[in-house]
Amino acid sequence: MSVIETASATGTTSVEPARRMSANGWAIVVIFLPPALLLFTVFVALPIAQAAWFGFFNWDGYGRPERFIGLKNYGYLLNNATFNRSLINNGLVIAVSLLVQQPVALAVALMVAGRVAGAAWFRMIFFLPYVLADVAAGLIWHFMFDGGYGLSSVVTDALGLPPYYLLADKTWAFSAILIVILWKYFGFYTMLYVAGLQGIDRSLLEAAEMDGASAFQRFRHITLPLLGPMIRLAIFFSVIGSLKLFDFIPPLTGGGPFETTNTMVSYLYYFGITRMRFGFSSAVGFVLFVICVTFAFGYRRLFMRDD
Amino acid sequence: MSFRRFTIAAACLAALTAPALADTNITVLHVSENAAQVAVWNKAAADYNAAHKGVNVQFKFLENEAFKAKLPTMLQSNDRPELFYSWAGGVMQTQNKDGFLKDLTADVGAVQSTMLPAAVDAFKVDAETVGVPFQIGMVAFYYNKKLFEKAGVKAEDIKSWDDFLGAVKKIKAAGITPIVVGAGEKWPMHFYYSYLVMRIGGENALADAKAGKNGGFKNATFVEAGKRLRELGALEPFQPGYLSTKHTESAAIFGDGKAAMDLMGDWLIAMQVSNSTSGKGLPEEDIGILTFPVVAGGKGKATDTLGGINGWLVTKTAPPEAVDFLKFFSQEKYALEAAKTGAYIPVVKGTEQAITDPLFRRLADLLAATTYHQNYFDQDLGPAVGRVINDVSVSVVAGDKTPEEAAAAIQDAAEQQ
Repeated sequence: MSVIETASATGTTSVEPARRMSANGWAIVVIFLPPALLLFTVFVALPIAQAAWFGFFNWDGYGRPERFIGLKNYGYLLNNATFNRSLINNGLVIAVSLLVQQPVALAVALMVAGRVAGAAWFRMIFFLPYVLADVAAGLIWHFMFDGGYGLSSVVTDALGLPPYYLLADKTWAFSAILIVILWKYFGFYTMLYVAGLQGIDRSLLEAAEMDGASAFQRFRHITLPLLGPMIRLAIFFSVIGSLKLFDFIPPLTGGGPFETTNTMVSYLYYFGITRMRFGFSSAVGFVLFVICVTFAFGYRRLFMRDD
Repeated sequence: MSFRRFTIAAACLAALTAPALADTNITVLHVSENAAQVAVWNKAAADYNAAHKGVNVQFKFLENEAFKAKLPTMLQSNDRPELFYSWAGGVMQTQNKDGFLKDLTADVGAVQSTMLPAAVDAFKVDAETVGVPFQIGMVAFYYNKKLFEKAGVKAEDIKSWDDFLGAVKKIKAAGITPIVVGAGEKWPMHFYYSYLVMRIGGENALADAKAGKNGGFKNATFVEAGKRLRELGALEPFQPGYLSTKHTESAAIFGDGKAAMDLMGDWLIAMQVSNSTSGKGLPEEDIGILTFPVVAGGKGKATDTLGGINGWLVTKTAPPEAVDFLKFFSQEKYALEAAKTGAYIPVVKGTEQAITDPLFRRLADLLAATTYHQNYFDQDLGPAVGRVINDVSVSVVAGDKTPEEAAAAIQDAAEQQ
């Protein structure tokens, strides 16, 4: 506290001496860096290195990993239809998030960001699903999709169709998961965009309006560019969230029917951890890690440089 | 809290725990959520603690999945339990191979002689005893007597697989769902595949496949079992949407009287009540038990049984008191207690007489008369291969994989071990 107060009291002049590391500054580094560095090393860097190392073994978790099998785990992954399907599913989640969820969230945000009557209520209603735990949401939707007594049965009954079990349908079961993701997270992105929209200076929009810009032109040339940082951030969250998607899978489908609804993480869980194939799990985890890191750094470099 | 207060509190705490530290603590780690079962165990622990000063036996619960995930780490830490719950089979063999288990061969001979040999043998690796069983279970068809009657099917007439398929057709023709199965969780379907393998290949079928004889799991028995399984699947005997049905939901469907049969373990008796819509389930007198039919030309007998065997393993570093408690626990007294309260079917010979529940009693009698008892395939084979059996059982029955592809997938998993 006192440090900040003195800094603001002395104003800009205090910045210069701070750049040059004083003895005091070094002391601070020596005292405060090791705990953080140690924690980071022990809980982040080491486990990652360890997982990469375990990936070269056939190991069931008991004793030390001793059966070195080189790149066999990775070779198996490449040729495994279920893993490839998981990759495709992750791709589908990303595609739907970007092409459907984000535009819808933005559109809804534009509608509820203003001072319209009832806007606050709508904001809350749209945000509600996000508050729910993923597993609870998954369980609820498992009932909704049930052709015998769920919401699905109400619809088929009304239309006079035979009961339809979406979660047991090999071709369409994954769309059920996509629906739940859309429902659960679009409210979160709506809130992000609402926050972004409220940060835009209204006088800019008013000025444009006086200059005769149409509503679309105002959106295209003022709102959208000013919302850019928020959109880039939302896309970043969305892709990373899609890559690590897991919680919905066990309560909704458990990866079935016929292993068609796994994501990379649920594949890791069902085909690695529950089968006590820890070497193999580590290999899957490492692949996931590489994909995430490549995306995270690549995306930040390319799109979020100025944010 | 001031520092002074803290020191006082810490000193008090130390004073409280000090006598306990002097005791020999025996922790028994288990996964049971069955209150009747835990009650029997806690009673045994309390009796033992009262009779042995300075020993403190304690049963500790860990949720099933958490138990399985944590155990490898726990066994390798200093936090390992002295005794722990086991399903025997592949995981136990791995634990033994890696040196975590105590060899009990010289200690438990006397208690073993009082128990069902099939259960005792499940806890041997080669000739070495590494654990002591307490519970045995059996998978059988539970059928709804009223629905059978309505469809004009007589349970006594179902002896062979063909009789069974005939009954399924008849029940379906009467507009009733013949079989309910929680295939969304896969393992319920592996009971069909397992029993078919046992009925077709006899008691050596699984052992031979594991040993890699005649092409391992690709041998004729497994392929044939797959074909029979697909035969059943082709009749579409299951409730609609069975591929996404969970185990608890399947118990509800049976308890609500909406399906005629369920091939399941003994826990269904309680589950069909607790999961039913009314909370009452079917009355027990309306439920019958049917053993899995024989397959014409197969080597297996109608009296060969499939079911879980549970027991306790002792960790290598456990003090002698742990083994002593295990012997104390294994005496007839507690098995009788379990039988009387309906907690589980105990493995001590003769104690099944004390079971009062007629359905449990029927199972216990069938188990006492077993000609060959097989542990669940997925436990016997261990998780890496066992879960593949579960996966392919569903794929084969639904026609998503051919019996040959399924057999090859199991062999593939076995070779990767």
